[in-house]
Amino acid sequence: MKEFIQKQFEKNHLQSVKLLSILREIQAEFHFISKDAIEILANLLKIERTQIISVVEFYHFLSLEFRGKYEIFLSDSITDHMLDKQSLANYFAKKLGVKLGQLRGDGLVSLDNTACTGMCDQGPAGLINGYAITQLSKPRIDEIVSLIEQQVPVEDWSKEIFKVADNICKTDLLLTEEISQGSALQNTFKQGLTETLAEINLSGLRGRGGAGFNTAMKWQFCSQEKETARYVVCNADEGEPGTFKDRVLLNQYAHQVFEGMTLCAAIIGAKAGFLYLRAEYLHLYSKLEAILANRRDNNLLGKNILKQGVDFDIEIRLGAGAYICGEESALIESLEGKAGIPRNRPPYPVVEGYLNKPTVVNNVETFLAAAKIALIGGQAFANLGTKQSTGTKILSISGDCEHRGIYEYPFGTTINTILNNCGAKDVLGIQIGGPSGTFISNQEFDRVIGFEDLATGGSFIIFNQQRNILDSVRNFTDFFVDESCGFCTPCRVGTSLLKKQLDKIVDGHGSAGDIVALEEICQLVKNYSHCGLGQTAANPILTTLQRYPEVYQKQLKAISYEPGFDLNASLAPARKLANRDDAGAYLAQVED
Amino acid sequence: MSETITIDGKEIPFKAGQTIIEAATAAGVYIPHLCHKPGYKPHGSCKLCTVNVNGRRCSACTFPAATGQAILNKTQELEDNRRKITQMLFVEGNHFCPSCEKTGNCQLQGVAYYLAMKDNHFPHFFANRELDASHPDLLIDHNRCIFCNLCVRASQEKDGKNVFAISGRGINKRLIINSKTGLLKDSDIEVNDCAVQVCPTGAILEKRKGYSTPIGQRIYDTQQIDQVSLTQETVYE
Repeated sequence: MKEFIQKQFEKNHLQSVKLLSILREIQAEFHFISKDAIEILANLLKIERTQIISVVEFYHFLSLEFRGKYEIFLSDSITDHMLDKQSLANYFAKKLGVKLGQLRGDGLVSLDNTACTGMCDQGPAGLINGYAITQLSKPRIDEIVSLIEQQVPVEDWSKEIFKVADNICKTDLLLTEEISQGSALQNTFKQGLTETLAEINLSGLRGRGGAGFNTAMKWQFCSQEKETARYVVCNADEGEPGTFKDRVLLNQYAHQVFEGMTLCAAIIGAKAGFLYLRAEYLHLYSKLEAILANRRDNNLLGKNILKQGVDFDIEIRLGAGAYICGEESALIESLEGKAGIPRNRPPYPVVEGYLNKPTVVNNVETFLAAAKIALIGGQAFANLGTKQSTGTKILSISGDCEHRGIYEYPFGTTINTILNNCGAKDVLGIQIGGPSGTFISNQEFDRVIGFEDLATGGSFIIFNQQRNILDSVRNFTDFFVDESCGFCTPCRVGTSLLKKQLDKIVDGHGSAGDIVALEEICQLVKNYSHCGLGQTAANPILTTLQRYPEVYQKQLKAISYEPGFDLNASLAPARKLANRDDAGAYLAQVED
Repeated sequence: MSETITIDGKEIPFKAGQTIIEAATAAGVYIPHLCHKPGYKPHGSCKLCTVNVNGRRCSACTFPAATGQAILNKTQELEDNRRKITQMLFVEGNHFCPSCEKTGNCQLQGVAYYLAMKDNHFPHFFANRELDASHPDLLIDHNRCIFCNLCVRASQEKDGKNVFAISGRGINKRLIINSKTGLLKDSDIEVNDCAVQVCPTGAILEKRKGYSTPIGQRIYDTQQIDQVSLTQETVYE
């Protein structure tokens, strides 16, 4: 093991900022991070062992305990559940002879849940030793179980098992055609860097991750910083359940994304950039590395790009399973090899980002759009969409419809149009922007996609009339409990309180005051949390409570007070101890 | 003329680089807090010091004071929600004040008194937390840890060591100890380290000292935490 770690350490240039990369390698090789590995690594990197432990414990795909030669994770998104995930999970567990969340006795295989893996258009999905699997079915599970029992290495499994489809259903300005390699950069250098920034400003492009900050302004702020060591970071950590568009963009339009990053670097004066790729998209890693190599060969990356005196290169850093790392300052912490805990602001990343240097962090789609704008000009982009939301938005459509996949629409498109295009019928409502977004009912389908109405990072989950709203609210609330980083009190404790209170109501233990109590916790979590995760964690409850109060009311018992636990059931151990089974040993929940 | 902010209508001077809580404390205005301590790097995690700055909620311990800030601090809404945040801390861990050695000297308790907290309000988590009594002179009761990070910072910033870290994620956060065994006895902590003294609750305790001051004569038995805080923490002049 020592040799292996030494090798990884050297491969990663002896840097503690590469801690996460090194830990990923150790996990992949040994299927856990042992105490010995921690000691060896602490000595090599000259960091404290506690720093390593805190990183391992923070990320979902790293573990202090052995996880077996085959580590299986099943995506637990609501979209997977809508495709019968639960019964397939039970089948999988039974076939393997292991309980969900456990390692099998012989140490060969473990089975666990994980948050949405970004395959909502082709679920139920999962990961095997980090690699994505889609469209799980009983025959597919039989095949996988047999390969595992025969201990066939994952590298030798049929490619069919790891097939991921792109499902591009509707294209517009950005997706119709990828720009030709280098064309946006050539145009940028031809018209000048200041002029290109002016074009991006004219385009009105706003961040596509969901928050919608003006892109040109962000780049300008960064370029004006005194500190000249600057960084460009592409946020490919799309963890919002229901979104998968960045996976498709990186599979088919990666050149254009990298081109967008490169022209950003030229404009802000950055020499180095990172693509922070979510761990769930490991299958894209080698392909993306090859594209970067190709761009270096073509003088589109590296020294003296297109002989214009610009030096810039891009490194891919993989995450290790943490939704919070999609938050830009948490992402930067993760890039530095730490747990992804959002920073205090100010300072903002454009002032103090990666290694406390000025850093631009933008979404994959933002860089894709920026490259297009550099080529076609700001006005052509601004002609699409609405005044406040220019251009197009790429949506990831999943749930109850005929054609799940990627759709590109000009901002301002109505929900009705979108539903018609994807073949959705008998719709109850839509979760727009994922759990952190909004649930809209079928009375609101004349509303439009846009920052001024329904802002979205791209997640679009359709529910038909047969679905129970409370199922999705519960799934989303559980998601936030699992993904809270735990830094601040309102989110760390509040998300668990939300879960407890919601479960109490849904399980039929709620009474008159319980909805008010639920709302009270919602407001606290929303208004007092440190970052966007906590501030939106109550949205699934708040947005459905507002639209369907009767659904919640119906769960309540018609008494003024209902205890949160089952009194009689709690007495079972006492009955057992006292060896009593007479009528007097049983109590009614509420006195008549 | 120095620059000023207003807190609840009162004009308060500040120096460049000061946070809101630093300016407030220097001017004799108390803002409830637990993870903040003067002279330590601001952390901003407990969220008790949340104030309203020109209509926006900010942590007073990390947010820089700036001209033109009209700050609300002691409003009914903020005090109510600070009480609820304190209640969150109480139900998350296992805090049984009457049987705790730190009672009367505990800042969590002091803040709870100040905010007129009468019950725990939220359902208890009954978290399964451990006790590390391995060290001859010290004891860690994880039941009482509120993840304020002060011992982590004290060990790094004041003691020049690295005895503690906060690990885990979400509700499974835990304080870990930097030793091969993970036990306190094998770390390089010493009784007089700032990391021991800084604990606001009864999570890190010196052994055999628990009752040297009788209950009833302890800090918050006789004074409110705002007064204690302002006399002890006004060190910015």
